[in-house]
Amino acid sequence: MGKLIGWIDDRFPLMKMWNEHLAEYYTPKNFNFWYFFGSLALMVLVIQIISGIFLTMHYKPDAEFAFASVEYIMRDVPYGWLIRYIHSTGATAFFIVVYLHMLRGLMYGSYKKPRELIWLFGMFIYLALMAEAFMGYLLPWGQMSYWGAQVIISLFGAIPVIGDDLTLWIRGDFVISDATLNRFFALHVIALPLVLIFLVVAHILALHEVGSNNPDGVEIKKNKDENGIPLDGIPFHPYYTVKDIVGVVVFLFFFATVMFFFPDGGGYFLEHANFIAADPLKTPEHIAPVWYFTPFYAILRAVPDKLMGVGAMGAAIVLLFFMPWIDRCKVKSIRYRSNIYKINLVVFVISFVVLGWLAMQHVTSTITMLSQVFSLLYFGFFIVLFITSKNEETKPVPDRVTE
Amino acid sequence: MKKQILTLILSVLPTFAFAAGGAHIDSAPINISDMESVKRGAKHFVNYCFSCHEASYMRFNRIARDTGMTDAEVREELIFTTNEKGVPTKVGSLMKVAMTEEYARNAFGGPVPDLTLTARSRGADWIYTYLRSFYIDPYRPTGMNNLLFPDVSMPHVLSSLQGMQKAVYKTETRQGVEVEYVDHLELAQAGSMTAEEYDAFVADLVNFMVYLGEPVQNERRSLGIKVLIFLAIFFVLAYMLKKEYWKDVH
Repeated sequence: MGKLIGWIDDRFPLMKMWNEHLAEYYTPKNFNFWYFFGSLALMVLVIQIISGIFLTMHYKPDAEFAFASVEYIMRDVPYGWLIRYIHSTGATAFFIVVYLHMLRGLMYGSYKKPRELIWLFGMFIYLALMAEAFMGYLLPWGQMSYWGAQVIISLFGAIPVIGDDLTLWIRGDFVISDATLNRFFALHVIALPLVLIFLVVAHILALHEVGSNNPDGVEIKKNKDENGIPLDGIPFHPYYTVKDIVGVVVFLFFFATVMFFFPDGGGYFLEHANFIAADPLKTPEHIAPVWYFTPFYAILRAVPDKLMGVGAMGAAIVLLFFMPWIDRCKVKSIRYRSNIYKINLVVFVISFVVLGWLAMQHVTSTITMLSQVFSLLYFGFFIVLFITSKNEETKPVPDRVTE
Repeated sequence: MKKQILTLILSVLPTFAFAAGGAHIDSAPINISDMESVKRGAKHFVNYCFSCHEASYMRFNRIARDTGMTDAEVREELIFTTNEKGVPTKVGSLMKVAMTEEYARNAFGGPVPDLTLTARSRGADWIYTYLRSFYIDPYRPTGMNNLLFPDVSMPHVLSSLQGMQKAVYKTETRQGVEVEYVDHLELAQAGSMTAEEYDAFVADLVNFMVYLGEPVQNERRSLGIKVLIFLAIFFVLAYMLKKEYWKDVH
């Protein structure tokens, strides 16, 4: 075994990589619950890729056959139902895990110097993930696939001058059609997964270059022993590999509960109307995007003007990219930051969740008014943060991690 | 376009509450693990629904496999069709009907929906209520209307069993306007079944349609329990392993 590894090491940096990223990658020893979601997101990506590969073996990207091929997978392919539910539940799980992972970053200031690029790569992952999920949702070719895509693609039509040509270019036709389905399939199974994998590698490489942040927001590299090993650091492997396995098992318990007992999530994960084949002549009664897009959809609906609405929706996402520069406070962790920041973050999270709920309701004047209020609170987070963070009253940050 | 989206959403209200025109939805008394009921429902389905409605994603012998029927029984009790040469439809065939779309348009004014997934798109309770909500309405081409699905084009194919119901109207003053509305339905002409027998008949049919929507669901739940038990045991081992390794950290 040693000889084989030596032979490989002469030709490929196997042990070097193993050590750099696992066995000698020193990680703060005080990670808490919130630090499970990074490794979980990676695992869900792998689950999606593997289940996706098996789905493509039986799925037909053709407007004529797509819907029937999904039912064929559900009925005639051995364990096809399992693969399909793994993939559909995986989409929901991916967003839950990623949202919690992002919230962790906000709580502990993980986007701050020197980790700005980690955050930016992460935001691009999030963007690619949204595109991936959106295109994947068209593939079952149900009513909600069809009309949801119709609504979302039409948003690009709001862009002045090029809008109409752009939507035509995206669809490849004047309406959503077989041409759209085929290109979305290509993007969903090849282009975007490649982009995602590239970005995930960049995200992890950038992380391992500067080292992980932690719930105290102190740099463990500032206190090293005589061998140059951080005093508060422990090797990722085996400590965090065995810890993450526990996280994985707990996660899979929830995952399996949804997948085996509530696969359609009460109509939120697999929408009721999507059990009817796409019909370009018949609009479903109620078009709502899948739950993970709803907060942004609520912001879109809150603005009376179409172009402004699309702009606001875009801004809601783009602003997150600039977090490392909007937040000017030197202290990273919420543990040592002011009450203003704590309240601000709590309001932000609440408004995100409430916006998500609002987008699933039928439009009434009350719903629109509430959407406007919570949209303002959503954007207010960034404004308040930018103004208050420069001279924020913070608590003293300890030298070493506290646990 | 945004306005259009908004109008779209405003103009089309949720199926269940509003398409009902105030009618409430009864809860379907079904039990999906009762395979005898599913089997009875399958027979009702092929006898009363399947001449017009397809279940085109489902195969005959899948029903046999899941309900414990033999292929011979399926040929005897579920399959009544042949191909052009008179050869009986094979047990492994998809459950398609011979009616063309053109015929359907002439007879009913539009295509007849496929019923494979109706239990998943509409819900069991909706179907259960719908099949019990037909009433006499001389203004409709079929002579029947439906309280849950106003102006439905489907005739009341189960009227020989249920009989014919008529609507009992009431008037009420709402916001200063006299409104006439259907208070309830009552039997005007008896069918071959009593009300209880008919409800049980519909329940079996709905139970079959729920099964039809996702034939694997019983297997899914039983596999799920095994997976959760495995994960629970695995959790204990993983947690002990973590504890052991982390002894020297804390």
